[in-house]
Amino acid sequence: MSVSFWAWLVLLFPLLGSIVIALGYRALPQKAAGMIGTAAIGLSFACGVAALLSLLGESPDARHHASSLWDYASVAGLDIKLGIYLDQLSVFMVLVVTGVSTLIHLYSYGYMQSDEGYHRFFSYLNFFVFSMLLLVLAGNFVLLIVGWAFVGFASYALISFWYRRETATRAGMKAFVINVVGDIGLVLAAFLIFRELGSFDYGEVFAKAPEVFSVNEWSVTAICLLLLVGAFAKSAQLPLHTWLPDAMEGPTPVSSLIHAATMVTAGVYLIARTHVLFVLAPTAADIAAFVGLATLLVAATIALVMTDLKRAIAYSTMSQIGYMVVGVSIGAYGAGMFHLMTHAFFKALLFMAAGSIIAAMANEQNIDKMSGFGKAMRFTSVTMLCGGLALAAFPLTSGFFSKDEILAYAGARGGMYLIFTVLGYFGAFLTAIYTFRLIFRVLGGEPCAEARELIDTGHIHHAHPFNPATGEEEDTDVGFPGPEHHIAEQSAPMRAAMGVLALLALVGGLIQVPGVDNVVANWLDPVFADSPLAAIHPSTEWSWIGLGIGAVTSLAGIWVAHWLYVANPERPRALEARFQGLHDFLFRKWYFDEAIDVLVVRPALAVGRFANRVFERFVVDGLVTGTEETVRGAGGLVSRVQNGFVRSYALLLIAGFAGLALYFLLSSS
Amino acid sequence: MEAVVFFVAAIGALGGAIGVISMRNPFYSVLALIIHLFSLAALFLLLTAAFVAAAQVVVYAGAVMVLYVFVVAYVGGGGESAWEPIPFQRFLAPLLGIALFVELSIAVLGSALKALETHGPAVNNGFGDPAAIGRLLLEKFLLPFEASSILLLLAAVGAIVLAARRSEGGNIPDAARVAEGDAPSKHSPSRLEGASPSVPRA
Amino acid sequence: MNTTWYIVLSSLLFATGVLGILLRRSPLVILLCLELMLNAGNLALVAFSRMVGNEQGQVFAVIVMVIAACEVVVGLGLIVAIFRRRLPLNVDDLRELRG
Repeated sequence: MSVSFWAWLVLLFPLLGSIVIALGYRALPQKAAGMIGTAAIGLSFACGVAALLSLLGESPDARHHASSLWDYASVAGLDIKLGIYLDQLSVFMVLVVTGVSTLIHLYSYGYMQSDEGYHRFFSYLNFFVFSMLLLVLAGNFVLLIVGWAFVGFASYALISFWYRRETATRAGMKAFVINVVGDIGLVLAAFLIFRELGSFDYGEVFAKAPEVFSVNEWSVTAICLLLLVGAFAKSAQLPLHTWLPDAMEGPTPVSSLIHAATMVTAGVYLIARTHVLFVLAPTAADIAAFVGLATLLVAATIALVMTDLKRAIAYSTMSQIGYMVVGVSIGAYGAGMFHLMTHAFFKALLFMAAGSIIAAMANEQNIDKMSGFGKAMRFTSVTMLCGGLALAAFPLTSGFFSKDEILAYAGARGGMYLIFTVLGYFGAFLTAIYTFRLIFRVLGGEPCAEARELIDTGHIHHAHPFNPATGEEEDTDVGFPGPEHHIAEQSAPMRAAMGVLALLALVGGLIQVPGVDNVVANWLDPVFADSPLAAIHPSTEWSWIGLGIGAVTSLAGIWVAHWLYVANPERPRALEARFQGLHDFLFRKWYFDEAIDVLVVRPALAVGRFANRVFERFVVDGLVTGTEETVRGAGGLVSRVQNGFVRSYALLLIAGFAGLALYFLLSSS
Repeated sequence: MEAVVFFVAAIGALGGAIGVISMRNPFYSVLALIIHLFSLAALFLLLTAAFVAAAQVVVYAGAVMVLYVFVVAYVGGGGESAWEPIPFQRFLAPLLGIALFVELSIAVLGSALKALETHGPAVNNGFGDPAAIGRLLLEKFLLPFEASSILLLLAAVGAIVLAARRSEGGNIPDAARVAEGDAPSKHSPSRLEGASPSVPRA
Repeated sequence: MNTTWYIVLSSLLFATGVLGILLRRSPLVILLCLELMLNAGNLALVAFSRMVGNEQGQVFAVIVMVIAACEVVVGLGLIVAIFRRRLPLNVDDLRELRG
């Protein structure tokens, strides 16, 4: 049983699950579909573990394998195989993706129970996991692009899952269009790579790149910038980030899986995988790092004022991915991937908890209307608190170790990169504030009406379903998660999933305590050994100093959140009134949507209108109609010869004969 | 002597031809054609084609023209209006006719065929006799001979069918049908081997 | 009069026949002009027969006469039929076959 064998199985199970559920959606009872879906990913995770164990049996330097099923295209210099590449990085990603996916499938088993589209949901979700695994395991750029595109499609299908909901379909389209922009970047990068290096295969590309390119040559910089376009679109970094908050229209498990743990980390994985190229193009790497930093700060500021629970968590995701992008761009590969892992744990958990609370609120997502769930829903609030603590990098949680490792590395690299450390800690401060703003607002205070209903009667509040954004009534057949809602307290699968994640969120960081153990970094080191940046290590003392600063920042942030939002109930409103302009600016998401509308959407529409009104009407129609009229006119002219007069026919006959005789006379003279 | 006869006959032929195409009354055209045919017979005689000349007079001028006379008498003949519906017909027709004649003449006059300038070889007395023609018809050209007799039969039957009165319905209104009944059956087609009895109408 | 004279006369007669067909409107007269053309052909045949020195051309001319007779028979039958149907005897008015 070789590593490749397990890897192919990892890919096979989700695909099979998706197909089986899709084909059997009429025959399979609901529970069966859910179980098949979850089991498929569970098996995939098991195979991932088997692959890990296989790799552990080998020496650290030999832990990379390429395996291909068949030749996909083998013509004229192109040699593309349906091949996967297995090394420590891809197995790491596989484990994270399948592990978190299994838990989310388990959660959806309970959460989506009243939904009419249950089978469709699990089929799509399995397909998504398959695509993500394809992306991660791909051994050449072509297969990477295939996985990339599939993931984009799966995201679109799942965002517009309730397809009768107008806001959902619009959000799906927005996500897909912005993803396509990223796809263009990625595809162009692949073309450039092929042109310069002559191959799509990872092994060949990464071996040849240092020989062919010199540092900061324009071609490799261009490749990296195009790769960044793809990465930013997928990972929702500035300026291609506007789709992520809208993507919250999808069901909560979707937000949890795709837009927290897996899909949005694809960009980070891409940068890590192609680090060889980024090492050769330091300018591009720096640009990536700065974009990540900007996203980090912008998203954190917006999350401070967001009133929609899921959207606030989405901005938090954006911000944390900014950290990861910074990490892999400046050379802290191991730290970046570690943060990816821990973030997957606590962010998925936060979304799950949010889903539970929103269900209790009968699908109301505005935190201004929520309060006091700490008393009403014990389990949910405890797990939410675990997730929140991890997110805020509370000492000894997983987020604490992972986030600060990135910032310590930045400090160790020194020079310009100290900006990242300083602003990174400031971002962490903001993170703590907004996280605990949410937690205090939702879990603390007096129970709101829905919470009271839960405490008193044990029933979930029912409300007539209507879309708060547009006011239209929801179509519970498709446009809404069914008439019933499910909260964690009443659903064992949900509790199981959330419990596991809560545990991981709290203790998951202990595998990488500086100076004590370095599990993730040691595991991933051989992959990044060819990068000079990986040689930089912050010293253990500096790491602990960094951790200390991080702890202080986190606790300070929690304290500020308490001061702002709990101590004096009037203070938030007073602050808002005083800084009205700033508040509006942040609330309108820094006006990015409006800017994109003016800069991109309107010109595109104008071009389309011009094409229709002018080009189509005059040029194309003119050509076609003109041709038609010419032919018709010619035909009309010719048909006039058939006038019915025998004598004119005779005339033509004689004329022809005379002409012929003339010809013969002339040719014989 | 021969030249005189030639020119007289030629003028007759030409005059008859021009008469055919220019006379208003079709009856006069028929008469003009008869003159033309007689002139042609004279020309045939000049060319020592005695049998052809005789056939021309007896068959062509005798039988075919009689047919024409019958039909003209039946149909009558009106004038034709002066207005020409086809544009350029009046202009192009003479042009083409002249062009045709000129081209043919050039072809003949410029021909490299030397024999055209001769009178032809000396022939024995029996050249063009019925006996000679008859021998050729029955020996060398038996097939065309038989075929043309079948053709004659076809033509006769065809003409009968064409001109037959429709016994029921048809396009002829009742009054016309009554009037037809009075019409003499002079127009019945006759076979061409000399005189033939009129086929009574069914 | 050598053969050339006869041939030229024949072509003149032929051209006259063509002119008649193109200019006259009564089907009867058009048939007569057709006769002209046929006879012009006959004259050429007999002249060449004399030039060559055997009677084959004359036999050809006799057969042509037979053909002309058949054609006249059918043509006149057509004219009678047209007349019987009360249609105008004018080729310009009989023009239903047109594009």
